[in-house]
Amino acid sequence: MIGLTHYLVVSAALFVMGVFGIFLNRRNIIIILMALELILLAVNINLVAFSAYLHQVHGQIFAMFVLTVAAGEAAIGLAILVIYFRGRGTVAVDQADMMKG
Amino acid sequence: MAAFAFYLFAITLLTGGLMVITARNPVHSVLWLIVCFFNAAGLFILLGAEFLAMLLVIVYVGAVAVLFLFVVMMLDIDFKALRRGALQNLPLGLFVAGVILAETLLVTTGWQPGQGVIVHEALAGPPAGMTNTQWIGSQLYTRYFFVFSMSGLLLLAAMVGAIVLTHRRRVGLKKQSIAVQNARTPAATVQIGKAGIGEGVQL
Amino acid sequence: MIQLLVFLPLLMALVAGLGGRMIGHTAAKALTTGGLFVSAALAWTIFIGFWLNDATPSTVAVLDWIESGGLFVRWALKVDTLTAVMLVVVTSVSALVHLYSWGYMAEDPSQSRFFAYLSLFTFAMLMLVTADNLVQMFFGWEGVGLASYLLIGFWYTKPSANAAAIKAFVVNRVGDFGFSLGIFGTFLVFGTVSIDAILAAVPSHAGQTFSFLGAQVDVMTCLCLLLFVGACGKSAQLGLHTWLPDAMEGPTPVSALIHAATMVTAGVFMVCRLSPMFEASETALMVVTIVGACTAFFAATVGMVQNDIKRVIAYSTCSQLGYMFFAAGTGAYGVAMFHLFTHAFFKALLFLGAGSVIHAMHHEQDMRFYGGLRRHIPITFWMMTIGTLALTGFFFTAGYYSKDAILEAAYASGTAHGTFAFVVGALVALLTSFYSWRLVFLTFFGQPRWAASEHVQHAVHASGHEAHHGHDHHHGPDDRTAGYHPHESPPTMLVPLFVLGAGALLAGWLWHGAFVEAEEGAAFWRGSLAFDTHLMHALHEVPAWVVWTPSVAFFAGLGLAWHVFLNKPSIPLWWKREVPGLYDFLLKKWYFDELYNAVFVKPALWFGQAFWTRGDQQTIDRFGPNGAADVVVAGAATLRRFQSGYVYSYALVMLVGLAAAAAWMMR
Repeated sequence: MIGLTHYLVVSAALFVMGVFGIFLNRRNIIIILMALELILLAVNINLVAFSAYLHQVHGQIFAMFVLTVAAGEAAIGLAILVIYFRGRGTVAVDQADMMKG
Repeated sequence: MAAFAFYLFAITLLTGGLMVITARNPVHSVLWLIVCFFNAAGLFILLGAEFLAMLLVIVYVGAVAVLFLFVVMMLDIDFKALRRGALQNLPLGLFVAGVILAETLLVTTGWQPGQGVIVHEALAGPPAGMTNTQWIGSQLYTRYFFVFSMSGLLLLAAMVGAIVLTHRRRVGLKKQSIAVQNARTPAATVQIGKAGIGEGVQL
Repeated sequence: MIQLLVFLPLLMALVAGLGGRMIGHTAAKALTTGGLFVSAALAWTIFIGFWLNDATPSTVAVLDWIESGGLFVRWALKVDTLTAVMLVVVTSVSALVHLYSWGYMAEDPSQSRFFAYLSLFTFAMLMLVTADNLVQMFFGWEGVGLASYLLIGFWYTKPSANAAAIKAFVVNRVGDFGFSLGIFGTFLVFGTVSIDAILAAVPSHAGQTFSFLGAQVDVMTCLCLLLFVGACGKSAQLGLHTWLPDAMEGPTPVSALIHAATMVTAGVFMVCRLSPMFEASETALMVVTIVGACTAFFAATVGMVQNDIKRVIAYSTCSQLGYMFFAAGTGAYGVAMFHLFTHAFFKALLFLGAGSVIHAMHHEQDMRFYGGLRRHIPITFWMMTIGTLALTGFFFTAGYYSKDAILEAAYASGTAHGTFAFVVGALVALLTSFYSWRLVFLTFFGQPRWAASEHVQHAVHASGHEAHHGHDHHHGPDDRTAGYHPHESPPTMLVPLFVLGAGALLAGWLWHGAFVEAEEGAAFWRGSLAFDTHLMHALHEVPAWVVWTPSVAFFAGLGLAWHVFLNKPSIPLWWKREVPGLYDFLLKKWYFDELYNAVFVKPALWFGQAFWTRGDQQTIDRFGPNGAADVVVAGAATLRRFQSGYVYSYALVMLVGLAAAAAWMMR
C-alpha cells in the first residue's frame, strides 16, 4: 500500500536533489534557477500529499499559490538574467562581487 | 495497479531531477525538467488532485519551462566555460545535501499527527457530489479570496517588472513626451533680443 | 568710612577694567588714581586718630559668608592700630604709584588695564589687612597673588614676563599650601577662624601637644611653622625667594608697589597680627629669626654683584624683609612693623627713582651702561641718594631709627638666635651699605658708558640724531654717549618721588616713639600685636658699641664702595678674574634656581609627560574611546568578509542556515 510516507520520501529526495544542484552549478545561473524549480516542485508534492491523506483541500490551494509564486519568480529571475547577460556577455555569476560589503 | 503507477512516476521523476542538474547541455536540462513536471502531474492525479495536475502541465510546462527554453536559446552562452570548477564544490555540496536529506527523512519517518488530525489510509476524494475542481473553488473564492486577489496582484507586479527590466529603448528615436511639452516655460524657450539697425542678434 | 576706603579701589578697578575701552584711557586713569587718593586720605585720617590715641579699635561687619557646622566665616573689616599702619602704607604707596604711572606708562596701549590691575591689587591688599578672620585674610592673600601674576605678566607678549609671572604664582602657591594647612590646623585646634577669638584662646592651648608619626609635636609650634611657610612664600624668604628677582619683569611701578612696600610685607603683617600665637612657641620664633637672618645675608651677598638696577633693589627688599622677620622672631613686633613702615617709603622711593632712571635711559636697565647720570638727571639723583641714605641708615633718616631698633632688639633679646641675628644683621648692614652705594656710584658717578647699550642705540637712531644740540657730535673713543642725552622725568613721575623722599627723611623721626618706645608704644599698639614693653625698655640699655654698630657699618660700606667703584674701578675686574667661582656663585644666586629646576621642575615635567603619554594616551585612551572604536572597526572588518557579493555564497549560507534551523527544530 502506498502511504503518506512514500510520497514524503519522494518529495524529500527531490528537494535534496534541487539543493545539490545549486551547489553543483555555481557558475551557471540558469541551472540554479532550474534546481530552484525542482525544490518548489518537491514542496508542491509534499503539500498535495498531505492534502490527500488528511482529507482537506487546503494543501492543494496552497500548492496553487506556490505555483503562482514560482511562475512569477522564474519570470523575474530570467529577466534579470537577460539584463545581466546584456551587460556582461556571460552568465557566470561567480565573478559578480560588486555588491560585497 | 496504483502502486505500480506510483513507482513508475516516482522513479522517472527522481531520475529526471538528477539529469536536470547533471546534464551538460542546458537545453537537455530544460527538457529533463519538463519530464519531471509531467511525472509530478502524474503523481498528483494518483493523489486525486487532477485540477492541480492539469495546472502543473499547463502553467509549469507550458509557460515556465518554455520560458526557460526561450532564454537558454536566446542567449549566446558559452556553457563549456561554465562547467569549470564544478567538482571542487562536490564534497561540500554532498555534505549539506546529505544533512538535509537525513533531517527530512528523520522527520518524515518519525512524524506523528497532531491533535484531532486523522491520517487516513485511503485517499480522499472531494465530498459527495463535487468534483476536485469544485472542491478547490468552494474554498478558494470564499476563505482564501483575499490571498487569491493578492496572488493576482503579485503576478501583475512580476509582469510589469519583467517588462520594465528588459525593455530596450531605441536610441535616436524622436518621441513625443506630453509631460515635457506641457512643462515648458516661456523663459526657457523665448529670448527677446534687441537688434540695432543693420545688425543681427547673437543667440 | 572704612567700607568706602576698602571698596572704592575695587569699584574703580571694575570700572576701569571692564569699561576701559568705553571711557578711554584718561578717564580710567583719573578714576582709579582719584579713588586711591580718596582712600589714602581716609587711611591717614584713621591712622592719625590712632596715633593721637583718639580712636578705638572696631570691627565693621559687611556680610556673612559661610555658616557650616562649627565653621562661621564672615566678611568683616577690623580696624585697629596694626590695621591703621598697614592702611596708610598700602594706600599711600598705591596712590603715589598710580600717579607715577601716568608718566611712566604714558606710551603703553593698555593703560586702563594696568590701572585696573593696580586698583584690584590694592583692594585685595586692603582686604588682607582688614581681615577679621583667617579665611578672609587668605582671600586677600590669594587676591594679591593673583594681582601680582597679572601685573608681572602685564606685557604678556614677552615670554620672559609670562614665565616670571607663572613662577611667582607657583612659588607663592607652595607657600599658600603651608598657610592653608595652618588655617586648617588652627580651625581644628581652636574651633574658630576668627582672629580675635583665636588670639584670646592662645594661652589655653599653649603647651598642648599632639602625636604625629609616633612623636609628640607641640601644637602651637606646628601651627605657627605652617603659617610661617605661607609668610615665607609671600615675603620671599630663603627657600621660596626665587620668584622675587624674576618679578622685575613687570613694569617698575609694579615693582615699587607690590614687591617693595605692600605684597611682600603681607607675610610680616601676618606674623605680627598673629604674634600672640607665635609668642606661645619658642621654636617657631627661633625658626623665624634664623630664616630671617639667613635670608638677609643671602640676599645681600647676591645683591652685591647684580648688574640690573631693579634686581639690586629687589634683593635689597628681600634682605630687608629678612630684617623684619628676625625682628619679629626676637619678639620685637613693634620694631618689625616700624621697619615695614619706613621701608615702604624708602624702598618705593628707590624703585620709583630707578624707574625714573630707566625712563631717562630709554628702558636700559643694565648698570654697566649707566655712569655720570647726576649731571643729566639731577632731581632723580638727589631722590635716589635720599632713598639710599634712608636704606643704609644714615643718621636721623627713617632707616636709621628702624634699623638701629632692630639690631638693638636682637641684641637685647638675649637668646642665642637673637645674638646670631644681631651678628648677621650687623654684617648685612655693611653689605647693604656697600651694594646700595655701589648702585648710586655706578649709576650717577663716573664717566658715561651708555654708548654700547642697545636701547640707547634704538633711541638715537629712532629719533634721527636729534639729540646733538649743544654737543660736539663726534663718536670718538672718549665720548661714550653716542650722542644720547638723557632727560629728566615728567612731573607726574617726580611728585611721588618728592613725597616719598619726605617720608623717607621724616617718618622715622616723627613716629619712632609711637612704634618703638615702651610706654608710648604700648599705648599706640593697644594690644593689636604682642608688644613686649620689657624688651622695649631693654633696647635702651644695650652697650654703646651695639648702638654704634649700624653707623659704623654704614660708613664702612660707603667707604668700601667708594674705593672699589670710584677710586680703583679695576678691583671688581680683579675679583672676577681671580675668584671666578665666588663671583659666579653670587651672580647665579647661590645656584638656587638651578637646584630647584633639577629637583622640582624637571621631575614635575617628567611626571606630567609620563602621565600624559603613558597614562592618558596609551592606557586610558587606548582602552577607552580609541580602544572601543578600534574594536568596532576590527569587528566590522571581520564581519564584512561574510558579504562577499557572490550569489552562490549567499545561497550556500542560506542552505546551511536552513539545515541548521531544521536541526534545531528537531531536537
